[in-house]
Amino acid sequence: MAFESAAEFFAMGGHGFYVWLAYGVSLFSLVLLLLAPSFRRRALLKEIQQQQRIEQTRQNGGAQ
Amino acid sequence: MSSGRDNTQAQHGYALAMLKRELILAYRKRGDLANPLLFFVMVISLVPLGISPDSSLLALLGSGMIWVVALLASLLSMDSLFRGDYEDGSLEQLLLMPQALLAPVLMKILAHWLMTGVPLALIAPLLAVMLSVPGEALGVLLLSLLVGTACFSLVGAIGAALTVALRRASLLLSLVVIPLYIPVLIFGTAAVHNAASGLSSAGPLAILGAFLALAIALAPFAIIAGLRIGVDG
Amino acid sequence: MGSPMWAVLKNFWHKLGSPKWFYQMSSRWLPWLSAITLGLLVWGLVWGLAYAPMDAKQGNSYRIIFLHVPASFLAMVGYYVMAIAGIVGLVWRMKMAMWVLRAAAPLGAVLTFISLFSGAIWGKPTWGTWWVWDARITSMLILLFLYLGVMALQNAFENEDSGNRASAVLTIVGMINIPIIYKSVEWWNTLHQGATIKFTEAPSMHMDMFKPLLLMIVTFYLLYALVLIMNLRCEILRHERRSQWVRELALNGKLL
Repeated sequence: MAFESAAEFFAMGGHGFYVWLAYGVSLFSLVLLLLAPSFRRRALLKEIQQQQRIEQTRQNGGAQ
Repeated sequence: MSSGRDNTQAQHGYALAMLKRELILAYRKRGDLANPLLFFVMVISLVPLGISPDSSLLALLGSGMIWVVALLASLLSMDSLFRGDYEDGSLEQLLLMPQALLAPVLMKILAHWLMTGVPLALIAPLLAVMLSVPGEALGVLLLSLLVGTACFSLVGAIGAALTVALRRASLLLSLVVIPLYIPVLIFGTAAVHNAASGLSSAGPLAILGAFLALAIALAPFAIIAGLRIGVDG
Repeated sequence: MGSPMWAVLKNFWHKLGSPKWFYQMSSRWLPWLSAITLGLLVWGLVWGLAYAPMDAKQGNSYRIIFLHVPASFLAMVGYYVMAIAGIVGLVWRMKMAMWVLRAAAPLGAVLTFISLFSGAIWGKPTWGTWWVWDARITSMLILLFLYLGVMALQNAFENEDSGNRASAVLTIVGMINIPIIYKSVEWWNTLHQGATIKFTEAPSMHMDMFKPLLLMIVTFYLLYALVLIMNLRCEILRHERRSQWVRELALNGKLL
């Protein structure tokens, strides 16, 4: 461990602002990179399901 | 052997005819020819107004500004390179012909350079004098811009070919092409800087020449591929 | 050419071109890959932030290196991934390769942004300014422009296939230009030496700092692969929505 205490760890020897800003923004971007395809995939699958439901009701309507 | 020579001669005649066609077409639209040149002169005249009329400052910035604005002027004229031929269908005809596409494409670019690059390079020393660029640098400025605008025409033609099928493409064309222009800008301005400070500019000029050779050798492949995509899609 | 090794390779190549096979295989790999990547990421971050020793000259601000260098590395690698995908897509007309190109572009652009942003912040305590026209930072900025140009071209066409092919040509042109641009910018930078302050890192780096950096580079490789596969799966779903297997997949309602 390079630091004595938690307070020292967050202060980063006076460079805390720079280190935490760089890490914060970078990790936020990485999280966005990981979340975006997950949400997109879910939305796509939902859309496909909806499409199927519409087709099914249409088919049922045609049979009557 | 004789058929081979006939073939080469036919190719030569064909290329010359293409060049003549391009020049005649350009001559019919003389007004458009002056536009990049006017743009160049006007924007350069904004530089002292925007920065300072101080001649020592202008001498420092002048050659770089001239190069940057020449780059933009050349870029603005790129969009129309293949547009007319695409819209009237002659590009599709050209792509269907059995002859190699290399000659017509290179001739189109040569015509573009003759009509925009060469005038820009010729007028640049005049503007350089107005921006107090040292007199020793004027010859190198002319020479470097002659080679540099040829590179701009070749590389810009890649962007023009890739965006030929798009309606409002001139901004997109700039986004695509500007990063590729950077090495030419770096060595072009370096040549002029060297000349202005009494150093030899042979090195940067030689590298500009190498860029031109590379662009002539490789750019046509990308241009032809781009034109095919535009016509197919 | 009839050797079994060749047959295995050829078989794998053909399977790789099959969206259905890739989607189903990646469904199996993805949980493992995510777990390993996230585990390594936490390990690397804790090691780099808390356990790696402080730098004698730069103090703790040097810890930004553990994000900055891997991000820069993968931003460069990412462009070559795009260019190779573009070549495969153009030459073999493989649609999966074009989708890889689509999946890789925003990923590479974000990594380039991370590299630029962390580099700029690192510059403040090290050089005293947020932005220096240093050769590497300038090259990264140009790389960002190249990525944005590719993405703009991809989305400009109404016909998606034309957009894919046009952007594939552009990435290949860019790949040929990248070494020229880098060398030019490097040369330009030495020409105007006054404006820059060089700082050394790799040769003088202590092993205790180098090991976490290496770990972070490996982690970023995995992270790149993970996001690329996830993006590619979205592209597959979008393009194959009419096919039987996607319909069954949606019908089973497995959203995860």
